[in-house]
Amino acid sequence: MTSPLANLASALASGEIEVIDLTHTLDPDFPVIVLPPEFGQCARFRMEEISAYDHRGPAWKWHNISMSEHTGTHFDAPSHWVSGRDLPQSAVDEIPVERFVGPVVVIDCSAQSAEDPDFLLRPEHITAWEGEHGPIPPDAWVLMRTDWSKKSGAAYLNMHDDGPHSPGPTPEAIRFLIEQRAIRGFGTETVGTDAGQGMHLSPPYPAHFLLHGAGKYGLQCLHGLDRLPPTGAVLMAAPLKIRNGTGSPLRVLAMIEKDTA
Amino acid sequence: MSDPLQPPLKKNPQKRTVSPTRPPEGRSRAALGLTAAAAEGRFALQCCAECGAVQYPPRDACSTCLSTELPWRDVSPKGTLIADTFIRATTSLYFRDRLPWRTGTVQLDLGPSVICHVHGDCEKGARVVLLNRLDRAGQGVLIATPEKRTPNMQDDPQLRAMSSDPNYRRVLITDARTPNAPALAKALRTAGAAHVFVGEGETWRPYPERAALESLGVEFLPLDVTDTSSVNRMAAEYGSKVDILINNARFLRPGGVLARGDTGFARDEIEVNYLGLMRLAQAFGPAMCARTGDGVNSAVAWVNILAATSLSNSPEMGCFSASQSAARALSQSLRGEFRSAGLRVMNTYVGPTEDDWHQPLPPPKVTANALARDVIKGLTDGLEDVYCGDVAKDMADKYRRDPKVLERELTMGGEA
Amino acid sequence: MARRQGYDGVVVTAPVSVPYERYSIETAHWWIARALRASLQAAGLKPLEIDGFTVSSFTLSPDTAVGLTQHLGLCPRWLDHIPMGGASGVVALRRAARAVQAGDADIVACVAGDTNHIDSFRTLLSGFSRFASDASYPYGFGGPNVNFALLTDRYMQEFNATREDFGRICVAQRDNALRYPNAMMKKPLTLEDYLNARAIADPIALFDCVMPCAGSEAFLVMREDEAIKRDLPFARIKGTIERHNAHASDPIQLRGGWTLDVDDLYDMAGCAPTDMDLVQTYDDYPVISMMQIEDLGFCEKGGAPEFLRSRDMTVTGDFPHNTNGGQLSAGQAGAAGGFIGLVEAIRQVTGTAAGTQVKDARRALVSGFGMINYDRGVCSSAAILEGTA
Repeated sequence: MTSPLANLASALASGEIEVIDLTHTLDPDFPVIVLPPEFGQCARFRMEEISAYDHRGPAWKWHNISMSEHTGTHFDAPSHWVSGRDLPQSAVDEIPVERFVGPVVVIDCSAQSAEDPDFLLRPEHITAWEGEHGPIPPDAWVLMRTDWSKKSGAAYLNMHDDGPHSPGPTPEAIRFLIEQRAIRGFGTETVGTDAGQGMHLSPPYPAHFLLHGAGKYGLQCLHGLDRLPPTGAVLMAAPLKIRNGTGSPLRVLAMIEKDTA
Repeated sequence: MSDPLQPPLKKNPQKRTVSPTRPPEGRSRAALGLTAAAAEGRFALQCCAECGAVQYPPRDACSTCLSTELPWRDVSPKGTLIADTFIRATTSLYFRDRLPWRTGTVQLDLGPSVICHVHGDCEKGARVVLLNRLDRAGQGVLIATPEKRTPNMQDDPQLRAMSSDPNYRRVLITDARTPNAPALAKALRTAGAAHVFVGEGETWRPYPERAALESLGVEFLPLDVTDTSSVNRMAAEYGSKVDILINNARFLRPGGVLARGDTGFARDEIEVNYLGLMRLAQAFGPAMCARTGDGVNSAVAWVNILAATSLSNSPEMGCFSASQSAARALSQSLRGEFRSAGLRVMNTYVGPTEDDWHQPLPPPKVTANALARDVIKGLTDGLEDVYCGDVAKDMADKYRRDPKVLERELTMGGEA
Repeated sequence: MARRQGYDGVVVTAPVSVPYERYSIETAHWWIARALRASLQAAGLKPLEIDGFTVSSFTLSPDTAVGLTQHLGLCPRWLDHIPMGGASGVVALRRAARAVQAGDADIVACVAGDTNHIDSFRTLLSGFSRFASDASYPYGFGGPNVNFALLTDRYMQEFNATREDFGRICVAQRDNALRYPNAMMKKPLTLEDYLNARAIADPIALFDCVMPCAGSEAFLVMREDEAIKRDLPFARIKGTIERHNAHASDPIQLRGGWTLDVDDLYDMAGCAPTDMDLVQTYDDYPVISMMQIEDLGFCEKGGAPEFLRSRDMTVTGDFPHNTNGGQLSAGQAGAAGGFIGLVEAIRQVTGTAAGTQVKDARRALVSGFGMINYDRGVCSSAAILEGTA
């Protein structure tokens, strides 16, 4: 038997291929993006018991949950941003499902981010990375590793009076990835695909504006990108099928070959 | 002078917590007028609209001219203590736990004689001032106090039993992020609160009040009134240490129904202002109700801070005020549910406050310090309804006068 | 005011006291039936032979006199329910006497009785009156003890009465009670015992208070010829008064409604206080006995302490008072406490008082006082009975 899926199945069974989880636990206290208070706000994750083997339901326990499309580890569809509003297949329910499984590369910016919380990824960082790991394959997910997912509490948003401070891409880097590398999407370990101070770049929030304007996807609040190899992994990121949804919390999984991380 | 209150000893873990008891609650409808006045700290009696005769006990017809028009009016509370006794035997469980209990007859300068509670510093035959206070059954009762303030007067056990005095009590302020939290914490400290807990949600984002609260030595508890699990966890750990709960959590955005155009903020308002109160009550209420007989630091009061517009709404803050009205309605249910334990629900109705959301409104506005002062006074006087600021007082007056007139006044558009 | 008509030709007879019990598992209906039956038996009557009936009781709820007619198999053509507590006995007597006199009824049985379950005193207090619920019980829930503590306190301030003065009344009544087999209190009481007793509500102590119990009392009112026909010892009704809510503007009760009507009482009876061979006051607390002695003309207002200091209130003394021990020593069986003095007085003036019999007793003053509606007793009543001896 040489069918690729059979091979995959046996590799998974033997542990040659590992499945790793890149998702934060949905928890009421997990940070969400904070906007000026006169704007609408992203709902925090909330969970209410429906019953717990009690008078409300003797033999079963279940919860009602509520959250935003953009709470926790989540997927951004093109329709999330004004630049992508009129694109075809811009909502999560319309995106062809093959887009949810694909190759992934990881650019390690953890050292720079540790030094400078406002670190910005520039095109030369990308080309330098390619010098070491080879060119980014077409239609791949590009993830920016900052180890930001190891931070918790106030350090995660790193909010000050002048706004949050966390690493992200420059407009130039995003343009490069879209125009020169034809990526599928861009993902981060921070609360957004943009840097904490991304509103002061031009265009403001360049990752959101440019990616979604080009029909690309975003992944944010990813967890543990240090466990992914720079290249060679396959990412599975399938948002819930929400009609006209602009995004969705999801379980982000990656398949990696053993000991490649 | 009264003996100064002594700090409570640590609880003896081998001793059963004293079960809540309360004085007789039954009243005629007429007598509830006294309760209504006591809820606001007023001394009022029925006065005949036709002949002016002051009536007591409350009744349905004037005992001088049989007129049935007997409005309650604020009147002079002065009189003379003509007889008194120390009750040393009673079949009431509430009073049995508190014997001896001093009771007396005061002849009011206005005529009627009243049987009343008597403060320990009143001398037989002396001039006294009657206070109209809510007792632990939540009913208005009269207590004779000395004409001039005496040392530690508020520590008289009978007077204290009719108050929600924060002295030596442990207080939970539910939301550290609300701008009034530092002022409340400071005022509670000054009023002798033994410990101030402050609930703090979303510790992952900073807020300006934190430093002020830290300097006041409060204890921060992770608590977010929109998060059931955090509320339940804190109640489980600290519920039996909360003697007074002040729910200052508030979500406020301006705008009426059409200006908003969606239900987004309204959900937040309901989550915080209404369901938040409900979660707190479900989590902390039972523990507090079980401890209303627990000595010097017994659980005593539940404080809600509500917008005065919860009484009658207008479009400027229309959706927010609706959530405040919902909270007010819920507080009425809570009053009923907490009554059997004698836990008091004090609603503080606040006019526009000095904060970001009321910034476009003209003065007068309520400062955080003014709010804190009124909350402490309300607790000390054992009130159930406090109107804080000129706008709130004005609104309450108008509401009492004619709710429909007030409604129209608040909902009239500008000249076309 | 027109001169009042006397009660000529009407008499009171067949006095019955059913022995009291501290607590009873029986109902008020049971106690009332026992007293009624004994009174009818004394007169040789069957239930259907009486055509008038009055009842006084606090624990009959939800029944009234109406329910009792069916319950007890009575068929009266004249019926009254008299909820006047300590004033009930005299009020029942004067209502019944007028009915018999007018021919509205021939034989009226007047009955009072209450049961006393464990905790029923507290329950009774809780629902006693609207003013009490609104304005008196929330203030310590001490019941009438508190009201009487307050007015005793005031009385002592006004008239320099001492606890010894009140004690003397209680001690004399205990003496009398030792002669009365139905009395609940069977041990002698000294003034020292009285003064050293446990405080209840200062200045009221244990022996100032009555003991609530179960019991019942009854008598019959009929025409004199009927009593003679049945060979019953009887007493004549020489005068009666009642009054409600007198002196409402007094800041505290130091006098009762008797002061408004006392002259009328003696005018009607054609006698004076000094003509009385014995006095039965309503005595749920000794202070109120003092007020009755003053208000019914035995001495000036405030003079009772002094008046009594020089008198012997026992059965054999010069001022026999509450000859069967009164409620203070015999017990307070609810509304029967409004009958106990009257029933004992009937026995006294008909020479049937046995152990408590005052020698040559012919004329008795009986006084009633009832219903602490708020801060004071509202109802007052009094009657003068005269025997035929």
